[in-house]
Amino acid sequence: MSKFKKSSNTQQEIPTAALPDIIFMLLFFFMVTTVMRETDILVKQQLPKATQLQKIERKSLVSYIYIGEPKNVSLFGDEPKVQTNDAFVDIDDVILFVNQEKDKLSEAERDKITMSMKVDVGVKMGIVSDVQQELREANALKVLYSSIKRGED
Amino acid sequence: MPRNKNRQPPEVSSGSMADIAFLLLIFFLVTTTIANDKGIAMRLPPKPDPNEPPPEVNKNDKNIFKILANSGDQLLIEDEPYRAGMEQLKEDVKEFVLNFGSPGDEGIQIYNSLPSTMKAKINQFGKRKDSSDDPTECVISFKAARGTSYELYIEVLDAINGAYNEIYAERVGISVEEWLSLDKEDDIQNDMYERARQGIPRAISIAEPDK
Repeated sequence: MSKFKKSSNTQQEIPTAALPDIIFMLLFFFMVTTVMRETDILVKQQLPKATQLQKIERKSLVSYIYIGEPKNVSLFGDEPKVQTNDAFVDIDDVILFVNQEKDKLSEAERDKITMSMKVDVGVKMGIVSDVQQELREANALKVLYSSIKRGED
Repeated sequence: MPRNKNRQPPEVSSGSMADIAFLLLIFFLVTTTIANDKGIAMRLPPKPDPNEPPPEVNKNDKNIFKILANSGDQLLIEDEPYRAGMEQLKEDVKEFVLNFGSPGDEGIQIYNSLPSTMKAKINQFGKRKDSSDDPTECVISFKAARGTSYELYIEVLDAINGAYNEIYAERVGISVEEWLSLDKEDDIQNDMYERARQGIPRAISIAEPDK
Protein backbone atom coordinates (compact mmCIF):
# COMPACT_ATOMS: atom_id res chain seq x y z
CA MET A 1 0.00 0.00 0.00
CA SER A 2 2.95 2.24 0.22
CA LYS A 3 2.38 3.02 -3.42
CA PHE A 4 -0.57 5.19 -2.50
CA LYS A 5 0.96 6.85 0.43
CA LYS A 6 0.72 10.55 0.06
CA SER A 7 3.97 12.24 -0.44
CA SER A 8 4.02 14.74 2.31
CA ASN A 9 6.51 17.11 0.81
CA THR A 10 4.14 18.53 -1.89
CA GLN A 11 2.40 21.80 -1.21
CA GLN A 12 -1.27 21.30 -0.43
CA GLU A 13 -2.40 24.91 -0.32
CA ILE A 14 -3.30 27.06 -3.27
CA PRO A 15 -1.20 30.18 -3.13
CA THR A 16 -3.45 33.18 -2.54
CA ALA A 17 -0.81 35.80 -2.88
CA ALA A 18 -2.00 36.72 -6.37
CA LEU A 19 -5.62 37.08 -5.31
CA PRO A 20 -5.46 40.82 -4.64
CA ASP A 21 -3.93 41.35 -8.05
CA ILE A 22 -6.71 39.45 -9.75
CA ILE A 23 -9.32 41.39 -7.83
CA PHE A 24 -7.58 44.66 -8.67
CA MET A 25 -7.62 43.72 -12.32
CA LEU A 26 -11.37 43.17 -12.18
CA LEU A 27 -11.76 46.37 -10.22
CA PHE A 28 -9.88 48.39 -12.81
CA PHE A 29 -11.95 46.83 -15.56
CA PHE A 30 -15.17 47.94 -13.91
CA MET A 31 -13.77 51.34 -13.03
CA VAL A 32 -12.82 51.95 -16.62
CA THR A 33 -16.03 50.69 -18.15
CA THR A 34 -18.36 52.46 -15.73
CA VAL A 35 -19.75 55.59 -17.25
CA MET A 36 -20.51 57.88 -14.40
CA ARG A 37 -21.36 61.01 -16.30
CA GLU A 38 -24.75 60.97 -17.88
CA THR A 39 -26.44 64.00 -19.28
CA ASP A 40 -28.46 65.81 -16.72
CA ILE A 41 -31.96 65.19 -17.91
CA LEU A 42 -34.04 68.30 -17.46
CA VAL A 43 -37.34 66.90 -18.66
CA LYS A 44 -39.72 64.39 -17.19
CA GLN A 45 -38.98 60.97 -18.55
CA GLN A 46 -41.58 58.33 -18.19
CA LEU A 47 -41.02 56.20 -21.24
CA PRO A 48 -43.92 54.43 -22.92
CA LYS A 49 -44.32 50.69 -22.68
CA ALA A 50 -44.14 48.48 -25.72
CA THR A 51 -43.62 44.86 -26.61
CA GLN A 52 -41.73 44.78 -29.89
CA LEU A 53 -38.43 46.15 -28.72
CA GLN A 54 -35.21 46.07 -30.65
CA LYS A 55 -31.77 46.56 -29.25
CA ILE A 56 -29.45 49.20 -30.51
CA GLU A 57 -26.88 47.55 -32.68
CA ARG A 58 -23.99 49.92 -32.18
CA LYS A 59 -23.96 52.33 -29.35
CA SER A 60 -21.49 54.72 -30.89
CA LEU A 61 -23.96 55.54 -33.63
CA VAL A 62 -26.68 56.63 -31.26
CA SER A 63 -27.55 60.14 -30.19
CA TYR A 64 -30.29 61.03 -27.79
CA ILE A 65 -33.09 63.52 -28.00
CA TYR A 66 -35.17 64.03 -24.89
CA ILE A 67 -38.67 65.42 -25.10
CA GLY A 68 -40.96 66.09 -22.20
CA GLU A 69 -42.35 68.55 -19.75
CA PRO A 70 -39.52 70.34 -17.90
CA LYS A 71 -38.89 69.10 -14.39
CA ASN A 72 -38.44 72.62 -13.14
CA VAL A 73 -41.83 74.02 -14.04
CA SER A 74 -41.35 77.35 -12.29
CA LEU A 75 -38.27 78.09 -14.36
CA PHE A 76 -39.11 76.65 -17.77
CA GLY A 77 -42.91 76.43 -17.82
CA ASP A 78 -44.95 73.31 -18.34
CA GLU A 79 -44.94 73.12 -22.12
CA PRO A 80 -43.03 70.10 -23.45
CA LYS A 81 -39.50 70.97 -24.52
CA VAL A 82 -36.75 69.35 -26.50
CA GLN A 83 -33.44 68.65 -24.82
CA THR A 84 -30.20 67.61 -26.46
CA ASN A 85 -26.98 67.18 -24.54
CA ASP A 86 -27.42 69.29 -21.44
CA ALA A 87 -29.62 72.10 -22.61
CA PHE A 88 -33.02 72.86 -24.06
CA VAL A 89 -33.02 73.65 -27.75
CA ASP A 90 -35.53 75.13 -30.12
CA ILE A 91 -37.00 72.72 -32.60
CA ASP A 92 -35.23 74.55 -35.42
CA ASP A 93 -31.89 73.86 -33.76
CA VAL A 94 -32.33 70.10 -33.74
CA ILE A 95 -30.81 70.04 -37.20
CA LEU A 96 -27.68 71.71 -35.80
CA PHE A 97 -27.45 69.10 -33.08
CA VAL A 98 -27.80 66.29 -35.61
CA ASN A 99 -25.05 67.75 -37.75
CA GLN A 100 -22.78 68.10 -34.74
CA GLU A 101 -23.38 64.48 -33.85
CA LYS A 102 -22.75 63.46 -37.43
CA ASP A 103 -19.43 65.29 -37.44
CA LYS A 104 -18.28 63.09 -34.61
CA LEU A 105 -18.69 60.01 -36.76
CA SER A 106 -16.49 58.92 -39.61
CA GLU A 107 -17.53 59.63 -43.17
CA ALA A 108 -18.80 56.15 -43.89
CA GLU A 109 -20.98 55.96 -40.81
CA ARG A 110 -22.78 59.26 -41.05
CA ASP A 111 -25.82 57.85 -42.74
CA LYS A 112 -26.16 55.16 -40.15
CA ILE A 113 -26.67 57.55 -37.27
CA THR A 114 -29.60 56.54 -35.09
CA MET A 115 -31.55 59.08 -33.14
CA SER A 116 -32.96 57.65 -29.96
CA MET A 117 -36.06 59.58 -29.04
CA LYS A 118 -36.70 59.50 -25.34
CA VAL A 119 -40.14 60.95 -25.15
CA ASP A 120 -42.32 61.22 -22.09
CA VAL A 121 -45.72 59.54 -22.32
CA GLY A 122 -47.52 62.77 -21.50
CA VAL A 123 -46.31 64.53 -24.64
CA LYS A 124 -48.59 65.19 -27.60
CA MET A 125 -47.59 64.15 -31.10
CA GLY A 126 -47.26 67.71 -32.40
CA ILE A 127 -43.80 68.39 -31.00
CA VAL A 128 -42.65 64.85 -31.80
CA SER A 129 -43.60 65.15 -35.44
CA ASP A 130 -41.98 68.61 -35.63
CA VAL A 131 -38.74 67.06 -34.42
CA GLN A 132 -39.15 64.26 -36.92
CA GLN A 133 -39.51 66.77 -39.73
CA GLU A 134 -36.23 68.32 -38.61
CA LEU A 135 -34.60 64.91 -38.56
CA ARG A 136 -35.76 64.29 -42.10
CA GLU A 137 -34.36 67.67 -43.02
CA ALA A 138 -31.03 66.71 -41.43
CA ASN A 139 -31.12 63.34 -43.18
CA ALA A 140 -30.99 61.34 -39.97
CA LEU A 141 -33.63 58.84 -40.87
CA LYS A 142 -33.08 56.06 -38.40
CA VAL A 143 -35.17 56.65 -35.34
CA LEU A 144 -35.62 54.59 -32.23
CA TYR A 145 -38.56 55.32 -29.99
CA SER A 146 -37.06 54.41 -26.68
CA SER A 147 -39.48 52.41 -24.59
CA ILE A 148 -39.69 49.96 -21.74
CA LYS A 149 -40.69 46.37 -22.11
CA ARG A 150 -44.30 45.88 -21.13
CA GLY A 151 -44.75 43.72 -18.09
CA GLU A 152 -41.50 44.77 -16.48
CA ASP A 153 -42.67 47.45 -14.14
CA MET B 1 17.92 51.96 24.80
CA PRO B 2 16.06 49.33 22.91
CA ARG B 3 15.65 46.18 24.79
CA ASN B 4 15.29 44.03 21.77
CA LYS B 5 18.12 44.67 19.41
CA ASN B 6 17.31 42.24 16.62
CA ARG B 7 13.72 43.50 16.06
CA GLN B 8 12.24 42.91 12.59
CA PRO B 9 11.29 46.00 10.55
CA PRO B 10 7.53 46.59 10.98
CA GLU B 11 5.35 45.30 8.17
CA VAL B 12 1.93 46.46 7.08
CA SER B 13 -0.19 43.40 6.84
CA SER B 14 -1.49 43.04 3.33
CA GLY B 15 -3.83 40.19 4.10
CA SER B 16 -6.90 42.39 4.00
CA MET B 17 -5.94 44.00 0.70
CA ALA B 18 -8.10 41.51 -1.14
CA ASP B 19 -11.06 42.38 1.05
CA ILE B 20 -10.69 46.08 0.41
CA ALA B 21 -10.41 45.42 -3.28
CA PHE B 22 -13.49 43.20 -3.11
CA LEU B 23 -15.42 45.96 -1.42
CA LEU B 24 -14.52 48.43 -4.14
CA LEU B 25 -15.25 45.84 -6.79
CA ILE B 26 -18.71 45.23 -5.40
CA PHE B 27 -19.35 48.95 -5.25
CA PHE B 28 -18.53 49.36 -8.92
CA LEU B 29 -20.45 46.24 -9.85
CA VAL B 30 -23.54 47.64 -8.18
CA THR B 31 -23.26 51.17 -9.54
CA THR B 32 -22.54 50.15 -13.11
CA THR B 33 -25.67 50.55 -15.15
CA ILE B 34 -25.34 48.57 -18.28
CA ALA B 35 -27.53 50.73 -20.41
CA ASN B 36 -30.08 48.49 -22.02
CA ASP B 37 -31.41 50.96 -24.44
CA LYS B 38 -34.27 49.43 -26.31
CA GLY B 39 -37.07 50.75 -28.36
CA ILE B 40 -39.13 50.59 -31.49
CA ALA B 41 -36.96 51.16 -34.51
CA MET B 42 -38.37 53.12 -37.39
CA ARG B 43 -37.08 54.60 -40.58
CA LEU B 44 -38.31 58.02 -41.55
CA PRO B 45 -39.01 58.75 -45.20
CA PRO B 46 -36.33 60.86 -46.89
CA LYS B 47 -36.97 64.53 -47.25
CA PRO B 48 -39.02 65.33 -50.31
CA ASP B 49 -37.11 66.74 -53.24
CA PRO B 50 -38.44 70.23 -54.00
CA ASN B 51 -37.66 69.81 -57.69
CA GLU B 52 -39.76 66.74 -58.05
CA PRO B 53 -43.49 66.53 -57.64
CA PRO B 54 -44.67 64.27 -54.83
CA PRO B 55 -44.98 60.70 -56.04
CA GLU B 56 -48.35 59.61 -57.25
CA VAL B 57 -50.11 57.19 -55.02
CA ASN B 58 -51.37 54.56 -57.38
CA LYS B 59 -52.07 51.91 -54.81
CA ASN B 60 -55.40 50.30 -54.91
CA ASP B 61 -57.43 51.67 -52.05
CA LYS B 62 -58.15 48.24 -50.64
CA ASN B 63 -54.44 47.58 -50.27
CA ILE B 64 -54.09 50.40 -47.77
CA PHE B 65 -54.97 49.77 -44.16
CA LYS B 66 -55.84 53.18 -42.82
CA ILE B 67 -55.45 54.06 -39.19
CA LEU B 68 -56.33 57.54 -38.03
CA ALA B 69 -55.96 58.89 -34.54
CA ASN B 70 -57.57 62.14 -33.46
CA SER B 71 -56.69 64.58 -30.68
CA GLY B 72 -59.04 62.82 -28.30
CA ASP B 73 -57.05 59.61 -28.68
CA GLN B 74 -59.84 57.92 -30.60
CA LEU B 75 -59.03 55.64 -33.47
CA LEU B 76 -60.63 55.44 -36.87
CA ILE B 77 -59.61 52.28 -38.65
CA GLU B 78 -60.70 51.56 -42.19
CA ASP B 79 -63.19 54.43 -41.84
CA GLU B 80 -64.88 52.98 -38.81
CA PRO B 81 -64.53 53.97 -35.16
CA TYR B 82 -62.40 51.44 -33.36
CA ARG B 83 -62.92 50.48 -29.77
CA ALA B 84 -61.27 47.08 -29.45
CA GLY B 85 -57.87 46.85 -27.81
CA MET B 86 -54.41 46.79 -29.26
CA GLU B 87 -54.24 42.98 -29.28
CA GLN B 88 -57.21 42.96 -31.61
CA LEU B 89 -55.62 45.63 -33.79
CA LYS B 90 -52.54 43.44 -34.10
CA GLU B 91 -54.67 40.52 -35.24
CA ASP B 92 -56.50 42.75 -37.70
CA VAL B 93 -53.26 43.97 -39.23
CA LYS B 94 -51.99 40.41 -39.46
CA GLU B 95 -55.15 39.30 -41.18
CA PHE B 96 -54.96 42.23 -43.54
CA VAL B 97 -51.34 41.59 -44.52
CA LEU B 98 -51.84 37.87 -44.94
CA ASN B 99 -54.91 38.26 -47.10
CA PHE B 100 -54.58 36.83 -50.57
CA GLY B 101 -57.62 38.43 -52.19
CA SER B 102 -56.33 38.35 -55.75
CA PRO B 103 -52.62 37.56 -55.58
CA GLY B 104 -50.28 38.35 -58.43
CA ASP B 105 -47.50 35.99 -59.54
CA GLU B 106 -45.27 37.16 -56.72
CA GLY B 107 -48.08 36.79 -54.25
CA ILE B 108 -48.65 33.18 -55.28
CA GLN B 109 -44.93 32.51 -54.84
CA ILE B 110 -45.04 33.94 -51.35
CA TYR B 111 -48.10 31.90 -50.51
CA ASN B 112 -46.28 28.74 -51.61
CA SER B 113 -43.27 29.63 -49.50
CA LEU B 114 -45.29 29.93 -46.30
CA PRO B 115 -45.30 27.12 -43.75
CA SER B 116 -48.36 24.90 -43.71
CA THR B 117 -49.76 26.27 -40.45
CA MET B 118 -49.96 29.72 -41.97
CA LYS B 119 -51.44 28.36 -45.18
CA ALA B 120 -54.17 26.65 -43.20
CA LYS B 121 -55.02 29.89 -41.44
CA ILE B 122 -55.08 31.80 -44.70
CA ASN B 123 -57.33 29.22 -46.33
CA GLN B 124 -59.69 29.54 -43.41
CA PHE B 125 -60.28 33.26 -43.46
CA GLY B 126 -57.70 34.96 -45.60
CA LYS B 127 -59.13 35.05 -49.08
CA ARG B 128 -61.52 37.94 -48.86
CA LYS B 129 -61.86 39.89 -52.07
CA ASP B 130 -62.63 43.14 -50.29
CA SER B 131 -59.35 43.13 -48.39
CA SER B 132 -55.76 43.37 -49.63
CA ASP B 133 -54.58 41.59 -52.80
CA ASP B 134 -51.41 40.02 -51.44
CA PRO B 135 -48.64 40.85 -48.93
CA THR B 136 -46.40 42.53 -51.49
CA GLU B 137 -49.00 45.20 -52.08
CA CYS B 138 -49.99 45.96 -48.49
CA VAL B 139 -49.38 49.31 -46.89
CA ILE B 140 -50.31 50.23 -43.36
CA SER B 141 -50.98 53.92 -43.18
CA PHE B 142 -51.00 55.57 -39.80
CA LYS B 143 -51.84 59.18 -39.30
CA ALA B 144 -51.90 60.86 -35.94
CA ALA B 145 -53.16 64.35 -35.22
CA ARG B 146 -50.97 66.90 -33.46
CA GLY B 147 -53.00 66.44 -30.34
CA THR B 148 -52.73 62.67 -30.22
CA SER B 149 -50.83 61.48 -27.19
CA TYR B 150 -47.43 59.95 -27.73
CA GLU B 151 -48.54 56.98 -25.66
CA LEU B 152 -51.26 56.03 -28.13
CA TYR B 153 -48.90 56.60 -31.04
CA ILE B 154 -46.41 54.14 -29.58
CA GLU B 155 -49.15 51.64 -28.77
CA VAL B 156 -50.43 51.64 -32.34
CA LEU B 157 -46.93 51.50 -33.79
CA ASP B 158 -46.16 48.65 -31.44
CA ALA B 159 -49.25 46.78 -32.57
CA ILE B 160 -48.38 47.19 -36.26
CA ASN B 161 -44.78 46.16 -35.68
CA GLY B 162 -46.00 43.27 -33.57
CA ALA B 163 -48.19 42.02 -36.39
CA TYR B 164 -45.29 42.09 -38.85
CA ASN B 165 -42.88 40.51 -36.41
CA GLU B 166 -45.31 37.69 -35.71
CA ILE B 167 -45.69 37.06 -39.43
CA TYR B 168 -41.93 37.04 -39.97
CA ALA B 169 -41.26 34.85 -36.96
CA GLU B 170 -43.92 32.34 -37.91
CA ARG B 171 -42.66 32.25 -41.46
CA VAL B 172 -39.22 31.01 -40.44
CA GLY B 173 -40.55 29.00 -37.52
CA ILE B 174 -39.09 30.83 -34.53
CA SER B 175 -40.65 32.71 -31.65
CA VAL B 176 -41.11 36.46 -31.74
CA GLU B 177 -38.45 36.93 -29.03
CA GLU B 178 -35.96 34.98 -31.09
CA TRP B 179 -36.91 37.00 -34.13
CA LEU B 180 -36.32 40.28 -32.33
CA SER B 181 -32.92 39.20 -31.10
CA LEU B 182 -31.61 38.05 -34.48
CA ASP B 183 -28.10 39.30 -35.00
CA LYS B 184 -27.72 40.69 -38.50
CA GLU B 185 -23.93 40.52 -38.32
CA ASP B 186 -24.13 36.75 -38.23
CA ASP B 187 -24.49 35.23 -41.70
CA ILE B 188 -26.85 32.41 -40.78
CA GLN B 189 -29.12 34.67 -38.78
CA ASN B 190 -29.02 37.37 -41.40
CA ASP B 191 -30.00 34.82 -44.01
CA MET B 192 -32.97 33.83 -41.86
CA TYR B 193 -33.89 37.48 -41.51
CA GLU B 194 -33.77 38.05 -45.25
CA ARG B 195 -35.75 34.88 -45.89
CA ALA B 196 -38.50 35.96 -43.53
CA ARG B 197 -38.78 39.43 -44.98
CA GLN B 198 -38.51 38.44 -48.61
CA GLY B 199 -41.66 39.57 -50.42
CA ILE B 200 -43.45 40.87 -47.33
CA PRO B 201 -42.14 44.38 -46.87
CA ARG B 202 -42.79 46.14 -43.60
CA ALA B 203 -44.61 48.95 -45.29
CA ILE B 204 -45.67 51.34 -42.58
CA SER B 205 -46.48 54.82 -43.73
CA ILE B 206 -46.54 57.49 -41.07
CA ALA B 207 -48.36 60.46 -42.47
CA GLU B 208 -47.50 63.97 -41.37
CA PRO B 209 -50.17 65.45 -39.15
CA ASP B 210 -52.20 68.35 -40.44
CA LYS B 211 -50.97 71.70 -39.34
